[in-house]
Amino acid sequence: MLLSSSLFSGFSPEIPAPAFIMTKLLEWLFGVSVVGAAWALVSFDLLDLSLPQTYREVAWPMPLYLLVSFGCYSLATVGYRVATFNDCDEASNELQEQIKEAKEDLRKKGLKM
Amino acid sequence: MASRKTSPNRDSRDKYSILLPTYNERENLPLIVWLLVKYFGESGYNYEIIVIDDGSPDGTLEVAEQLQKIYGEDKILLRPRATKLGLGTAYIHGIKHATGNFIIIMDADLSHHPKFIPEFIEKQKEGDYDLVSGTRYQGNGGVYGWDLRRKLISRGANFLTQVLLRPGASDLTGSFRLYKRAVLESLVERCVSKGYVFQMEMIIRARQLSYTIGEVPISFVDRVYGESKLGGNEIVSFVKGLITLFATT
Repeated sequence: MLLSSSLFSGFSPEIPAPAFIMTKLLEWLFGVSVVGAAWALVSFDLLDLSLPQTYREVAWPMPLYLLVSFGCYSLATVGYRVATFNDCDEASNELQEQIKEAKEDLRKKGLKM
Repeated sequence: MASRKTSPNRDSRDKYSILLPTYNERENLPLIVWLLVKYFGESGYNYEIIVIDDGSPDGTLEVAEQLQKIYGEDKILLRPRATKLGLGTAYIHGIKHATGNFIIIMDADLSHHPKFIPEFIEKQKEGDYDLVSGTRYQGNGGVYGWDLRRKLISRGANFLTQVLLRPGASDLTGSFRLYKRAVLESLVERCVSKGYVFQMEMIIRARQLSYTIGEVPISFVDRVYGESKLGGNEIVSFVKGLITLFATT
């Protein structure tokens, strides 16, 4: 959180975290309420700003759009990362070779396995 | 060994203590120690290996004693405990006996390869980082021996955690890390979780305490000997841990 980190950036790490630093849960609740309030203000014109009708029409389904696009983003990201997750075959082969070498060397040094 | 004397890192006053918590690692312990000796010998950094065996019934400790005779009591330190007491307390126990100003923690089951340690050390020096974490999720990092299901769970869990906690590090549940001694001490003191979540809590608290974090891509080769575990229980405890950290950090 910007607020908390700028407030406490001068503190040395040895000092225990102050008790009123926002937890991630509170950060999320705070963020969601700010966005929710902004959405409600525009959608229902709570402040009587007499915003053009188009603003309200765009704002009204916005939470759903956000949710759907976040869902798509998540699926795409996780899918891409699973697909590009390196299979370290060489690392495994190298390790197997080294295990042989190690066993031989350790036996020479007198290790009884 | 004459060749070591010419190594550029020989004169550095830094010393690296490797903590190896073991439980039934009779097969793996000699191999991991051999690899550690090999790579520390080549790079010339000062080191010690601290084996913390939690009363393994398979005779891990006897193998460790043999290794101590082979490699010397200044290189291999045995600090066994009578029963299985968990990772957090193993680290506390190990730190107490460590003489290095840096501490490296890794698994003794060969899934973490010692060849990356010199890279960790260079990375640490490069930015004077408080901790350097190995990452399977970036650059040339990766895994061996995982099927699609395992990859999907891993990537999914990682994504969810990144979204919810914004930890500032890409690999949260990995346990191949280098810490400044005082940093590890202060983190271990604060962390209460168990298992996978313990590693995650360590790095999240590190960020919370504004410690700096460097990352090095690693290849993770899933257990060569013995069973790897990722069952329903692990997933449930991971989710519980995630929620706890979400609500409390």
